[in-house]
Amino acid sequence: MSSSDQGKGSGVLDSQERERFEQLVLPHLDAAFNLARWLLRSRTDAEDVAQEAILRAYRFFGGFHGGDARAWLLQIVRNTCYTWLEKNRPLEMKTEFDEELHSQPGTTPESLAIASDNRERLTRALETLPARFREVLVLRELEGCSYKEIAAITAIPIGTVMSALSRARHRLQQALTQRAPEEATREL
Amino acid sequence: MSCEHAGAILHGYLDGELDAARASEFERHLEICPECLSALEAQETLRTALQRAQLYETAPVALRGKIRSSLPAAKPVGFGLRWMSMRWLALASAALLVAFIGWRLVPNFKGENQYQAAEMIDAHLRSLQAGHLTDVTSTDQHTVKPWFDGRLDFAPPVRDFTNDGFPLQGGRLDVLRGRAVAALVYGRRKHIVNVFVWPSSEPDVAPLEGSKLGYQWIEWRKGGMQFCAVSDTSASDLEQLQRLISQ
Repeated sequence: MSSSDQGKGSGVLDSQERERFEQLVLPHLDAAFNLARWLLRSRTDAEDVAQEAILRAYRFFGGFHGGDARAWLLQIVRNTCYTWLEKNRPLEMKTEFDEELHSQPGTTPESLAIASDNRERLTRALETLPARFREVLVLRELEGCSYKEIAAITAIPIGTVMSALSRARHRLQQALTQRAPEEATREL
Repeated sequence: MSCEHAGAILHGYLDGELDAARASEFERHLEICPECLSALEAQETLRTALQRAQLYETAPVALRGKIRSSLPAAKPVGFGLRWMSMRWLALASAALLVAFIGWRLVPNFKGENQYQAAEMIDAHLRSLQAGHLTDVTSTDQHTVKPWFDGRLDFAPPVRDFTNDGFPLQGGRLDVLRGRAVAALVYGRRKHIVNVFVWPSSEPDVAPLEGSKLGYQWIEWRKGGMQFCAVSDTSASDLEQLQRLISQ
C-alpha cells in the first residue's frame, strides 16, 4: 500500500474519531463493495475484501487528514484487492498484461448499440478486460469519479488517466463487438 | 489537430475534463472530421448502454452490520464524553431502526411512486424537446432564483453546483399533478438533470430512488419542500446531487 493512504494509526480510535469514521467512511461501503466486486469478479470475495479494506481504513484513519473520503477508501480497497489477487489468483495477475492494440475496431455507433444492449453481455465483456482497464472504467462510468479522483485511487499520473480510459473503452468496444457475431449465430 | 491526437482527447471531451480552450478546439475539429464524430457517437452509445445496464452492485445489507460489529471497540475519552457518545449511539441506532422500518415499508408505496416517477419522466422528456428546457437560462443562481418570484407561490431553493460537477443551466415552470412547480435544470457531463421542486406540508422523507425506461429518479422531502430529480445519468450521480441539494 502506498504511504499516502495511511498514517501511523494505533489501530484503536477513541469514540470521537470512531464517530467521525462512521460518518465519513462507512457511507462509502457501496462504492467499496462495487469496486471490489468488479476487480475480483465475485460478490462473495468482494464481501470479504471490502470488509478487510474497511478494517484497514479504520486502523489507518489517524492518517486521513480530511479531503475526499471516498477516494481515500477506494485507494485502500484497490490495494487490498490486488494483494488478495496476488495471493489467491496469482495466474490471473501474470497473464493480464498483453495490452497491445494494433487494430482500430471498425465499429459504427449502430453495431455497438446492438452489441451493448444487454446487461449480461456487458458484464462479460467488462470482466474479460485486464483489471487495470476494468478499474478505470468502473471508477469513471459506475462510480462517476473525476480524472483527479481516478488518479488518486489508482496511483497513475493524472496526465495519463485520459489515455488509460481511451484504451480501456477501446478494449471494451472490441470485447463487445468481437463477441457479438458468435453469439448472433448461436441465437439464430 | 490530427486524428491521432483526437483519439485520447475525445475521451477527455466525452468526460467533460477538457479545459474550455481544448474543448472548443476539439469541437471545431469535430465539424470537419466525420471519423471523430462517429467515434464520439459510438462512445456515447457505449456510455448510455453502461448506465442503462445498471452494473453498479451495492453491498449486501448484512455486510454493513457485519463490518460495524467487527470494528474494534473505541477507546473511551473520559467518562463525560463517553456518556455523551453512548447517548449519541443510542440516538443513532434509534434513527437507524426508524430508517430500516421506513425502508421495509417502502415497497408498499412502490405502486404510487412508480406512478409518480412515470409522471416525472414524462415531464423530463417533454423538457428535452427543442426550446422547452429552460424559461430562464443562466448559470447564475442569483438570476434564476428571482426569476421565479411572482411566478410561483413559493420560493424554490436555487443553487449552482458547478464546482461539484453539476452546473446550473437555468429554470422553468412546469405543471405536475395540476400544480405549478419549479423545474431546475442542471448539467452532468453530457446529461441533463431536471429537479422538480414544490412545497409540501408533509414531514421530511429520506431519498427514495428507482429507474424506469433507462431513466433514474430520486425523490425526497426536506424542510417543507418536495424534490424529485430525473435524468439518464447514473444513479450515483443523482445521489450526489441529492446530497448537494440537501446540504
